[in-house]
Amino acid sequence: MVFLFYFLSAIMVISALLVVSTRSPINSVIYLIVCFITMAGHYILLNAQFLAVVQIIVYTGAIMVLFLFVIMLLNLNKITVPTKTSLTRIAALITGGLFFLVLIAATRLTFEIHPRYAFDSKIGLVSEVGKTLFGEFLLPFELSSVIFISSMVGAVMFGKKDK
Amino acid sequence: MKNFSSAIQVIPLEHYIILCTTLFCIGLVGVLYRRNTIIILMCIELMFNSVNLLLTAFSAYHSDPAGQVFVFFIMIVAAAEVAVGLSILVMMKRNVDSVDINLLNRLKW
Repeated sequence: MVFLFYFLSAIMVISALLVVSTRSPINSVIYLIVCFITMAGHYILLNAQFLAVVQIIVYTGAIMVLFLFVIMLLNLNKITVPTKTSLTRIAALITGGLFFLVLIAATRLTFEIHPRYAFDSKIGLVSEVGKTLFGEFLLPFELSSVIFISSMVGAVMFGKKDK
Repeated sequence: MKNFSSAIQVIPLEHYIILCTTLFCIGLVGVLYRRNTIIILMCIELMFNSVNLLLTAFSAYHSDPAGQVFVFFIMIVAAAEVAVGLSILVMMKRNVDSVDINLLNRLKW
């Protein structure tokens, strides 16, 4: 189990680094799919079966295919975008590293605290998540349909050719 | 099922915090580092996913299904965001014939 956790984590971090550093967008999308599949593995390790299936279906099945379609449709793999200046890139790396340090330092004080909760292995199953979703969170769930329809209208508006 | 429950009890929560922080910072560096708009969108997805994993980890360790429902809502918002973002990208390609983010600087000053 511990080995599986570190194995998945290593694949995830390496593929995430490759997403950022690869030149071609197609390869970036493929590495991001690898990253998301390992994340579904992490969800299974955390006993969240529902989220693992949703991760596979929604992220690697729908969103990444959308990315691939846009790349193929616009022929983006041929276009070369110039890289940023080296000063900006070094500044970006330093910013990311400092942000990492700040987050680790901020959460480090909580590392010693180990609150004990009663462990419940049925948390991530579809029945439990569904009961919470349609009980306590029914109104946000219904409102998310408004988000979807507005984003759909927005996408159609943007995609239309202007006269 | 027994094996999975032991996995949660074997791995400390700090390892999930460190892993998700690493992923979030990789996504942040990618947003600042690249000029290709589609890769910037992918790095935003990466940051969304690191937050999702951390929420799921806290939810599993605290035995509270509300965290996983939040992850579900974040996925909904991410799907809507990707649809709008990719249509903006298509419009940008059509208007300026490039996906370079530095060309979109007319609102800057």
